[in-house]
Amino acid sequence: MSSDPILTMHAIDKVFPGVQALKNVDFTLRHGQIHALMGENGAGKSTLIKVLTGVYPGDGGTIMMEGKKIAPTSPRDAEAHGISTVYQEVNLIPHLTVAENICLGREDRVCGVVRWSKVRERAHQALKRLDLKVGINVDKQLSDCSIAIQQMVAIARALDVDAKALILDEPTSSLDEAESDELFRIMRGLKEKGMGIVFVTHFLDQVYRVSDTITVLRNGELVGEFPAAELPRLALVSKMMGKELDEVKELEKRVAVTTASGRRTMVSARRLGRKGSLNPVDFDLKEGEILGLAGLLGSGRSETANLLFGVDTADSGRLEVDGKAVKIDSPARAVRLGFGMLTEDRKYSGIIPNLSIRDNIVLAMQAKLGPLRKIPPWKANEITDTFIKVLNIKTPSRDQLVKNLSGGNQQKVIIARWLAIHPRLLILDEPTRGIDVGARAEIEALIQKLRDEGMSILLISSEVDEVVRNSERVVVMRDREKIAELEGDALSEQHILQVIASQAKEETP
Amino acid sequence: MRIVAIAVFWAILLALLYVLRRNRSVVFWPLLALSCLLLFNLFSTPQFYQLDWRDGHLYGVPIDIINHASKVGILALGMTLVIAVGGIDLSVGAVMAIAGAMMAYMTVQMNMPPWYCIAAALVAGVIAGMWNGFLVAIMGIPPMVATLILMVAGRGVAQLITDGQIIIFNNPTLTFIGNGFIVIPFPFILMLIMFALTWLLTKGTAVGFLIESVGDNEVAARRAGVNSCLVKFLVYVFCGFCAAIAGLVQTSNIRSADANNIGLNLELDAIMSVVIGGTAMTGGRFYLASSIIGALLIQALTTTMYAKDVSPVVAPVPKALVILAVCLLQSERVKRYLASRREAV
Repeated sequence: MSSDPILTMHAIDKVFPGVQALKNVDFTLRHGQIHALMGENGAGKSTLIKVLTGVYPGDGGTIMMEGKKIAPTSPRDAEAHGISTVYQEVNLIPHLTVAENICLGREDRVCGVVRWSKVRERAHQALKRLDLKVGINVDKQLSDCSIAIQQMVAIARALDVDAKALILDEPTSSLDEAESDELFRIMRGLKEKGMGIVFVTHFLDQVYRVSDTITVLRNGELVGEFPAAELPRLALVSKMMGKELDEVKELEKRVAVTTASGRRTMVSARRLGRKGSLNPVDFDLKEGEILGLAGLLGSGRSETANLLFGVDTADSGRLEVDGKAVKIDSPARAVRLGFGMLTEDRKYSGIIPNLSIRDNIVLAMQAKLGPLRKIPPWKANEITDTFIKVLNIKTPSRDQLVKNLSGGNQQKVIIARWLAIHPRLLILDEPTRGIDVGARAEIEALIQKLRDEGMSILLISSEVDEVVRNSERVVVMRDREKIAELEGDALSEQHILQVIASQAKEETP
Repeated sequence: MRIVAIAVFWAILLALLYVLRRNRSVVFWPLLALSCLLLFNLFSTPQFYQLDWRDGHLYGVPIDIINHASKVGILALGMTLVIAVGGIDLSVGAVMAIAGAMMAYMTVQMNMPPWYCIAAALVAGVIAGMWNGFLVAIMGIPPMVATLILMVAGRGVAQLITDGQIIIFNNPTLTFIGNGFIVIPFPFILMLIMFALTWLLTKGTAVGFLIESVGDNEVAARRAGVNSCLVKFLVYVFCGFCAAIAGLVQTSNIRSADANNIGLNLELDAIMSVVIGGTAMTGGRFYLASSIIGALLIQALTTTMYAKDVSPVVAPVPKALVILAVCLLQSERVKRYLASRREAV
């Protein structure tokens, strides 16, 4: 149902020092259209959005909004032109109420004094237009709301400014299935009302579920604009990756998994738990094994990993490493035991943004060596260069600041940080989150290779197919409890979903 | 002869500036500001370039500047590290008073040999640093609040030690610290030694790297296995140690322990030096040499004011303006604006 364009971006260029992030890119958004913007990490999706919303000035090209030429200088300026953005990390203020967040910066005032009743009324109106199933109390503090609700509030804010174009940048990456469904319902509702929506995501399923049109970028260049119905999944993936279809099919095959018995148990947890975050769980992890942790968001999968790595301290149960009871009360201790952990939130707890790639990679190694035994620069350089090559990190130099890398490359840097200390156990919490298909395949292949070399791996992912594809055994969690352990033939995507969906507790096979 | 010396000095300075600019060094901006000030004085205050040689010592305005800048320079070293871990230490002025009081008390009341007095003063500084470190790193109190406690209470502690008196002492070893000369003033030598020591401690080991990682993203550093509490704790201890040394210099210089006035407001000069030096208040990358240049700039400004007969009452205004200029030049936004202007031309 394409009609007049709301927004046209023509021949957009953007150059960063050393990189041409966007080259002559065109993009058109029409009324009543959900337009997916797809591409691998570093393809230029985020940059395009940021040029559009005035975060970065563009270096060339024109932006037309309903026939008028605009040049947004800040997100707020873009908002004034009718372009609203909801970012991956919700950009609202946690300590304010829902109503305050919706109307922030545009409160109704009388002589400078805010009329709160009017503000609350407007917030109500905006939320009502979303046609939500759940009620949202506009006086609730935002930080007390779930991420999904915060997302809705951000969208409500966009409605309050009468946005004509809504940009959703990876909106579903922290939502579970049901929450995503609700979001899609809202998106369709807004589409009916004639709003144009730009949907940036890396979930292929979701693209096909809601989008009308797909624009694919690769390496900062436009690959093309396609009607979603006429672009098969594999064709999309191959366009994003710039690879032949056969290679992509290769990726989709399940990675061969060997279940070797008779390996020594490395980590053994008995009734391990922490009040308020994890009910006591039992699990074993053998040497050279990939154990998957499946479950929905908040099911206790990350909580289990946090206890194992000393991010939180267990207050009940017993943890044994190599048969010896240990108490892991800090990540430093876990590192000394030979553990490594790729954390879920790269920006918050992964990267050191203003340090170089090299410093980020040798950090864990240096922490393990202690402050007095400094890794000599030549050695740090050597290690860094090796990992840049092995993990295919795309960067002009090892001295590049990590904040300047794309998400997938940042993830690789942190993986390199752990590989540098040769951990015995590597915990991977959402290793492929926010990462494109190509980098994802590389990371999955790497996981298998490490396992073959004898490393134990605890793999956590909200994408069940990823867990199934890579693990030998899977612990399924729900409501902060372990509900099943599956292996061999019982291990399938469908079975895991059944277990999670089932009411009664299943016995461990 | 003098003209040749000045020419050589300026040639070296300009070459240094050129190299720093090419390497995009952070030291460039504070050094540029200092150079501008020196240039101004070259024409308006010739005595700025006056060096005399008497009894094996150098005398003159430049020597006075480096002499007086030394205590702030020493404070700035510790402060740089504290700010690099995302903290701040408001108590250094009070700790200077404690250290000075301790030294005077030990020599006058206890009749201890000078080295014991110095050691006692340094231990007092370290203990003060441990207290701050304990509050910030272990108890998790925001640094501004935690160190404010000792800033206020520290002078009381110093008063207790001196029993409310100004203790005057005359021991030649102790008075040498603040007044001695080995060709150049001893405080400046002490600052250079402290700079070398701090540089070795941070850059010679991995301590500096760990400090920067904790300052830039503490959560991530912790998850990478860095003992961030210990790093923060030690940094405050070191800052207390630096404050004690600065306290010794000032106390020795005036040959008496004045608990009310030693180190008064110097915490602000120290913080200012660090900021001028380009270390961000939010923590992360830090620049020791640059902080020292910041301290020299502040002192050179003060001395210029005196030389120009600016009344001490209004002297802080031009001082503040120059500092504002340096900070603006370092701000990302101004840099971007200047860059875009240059492209346009």
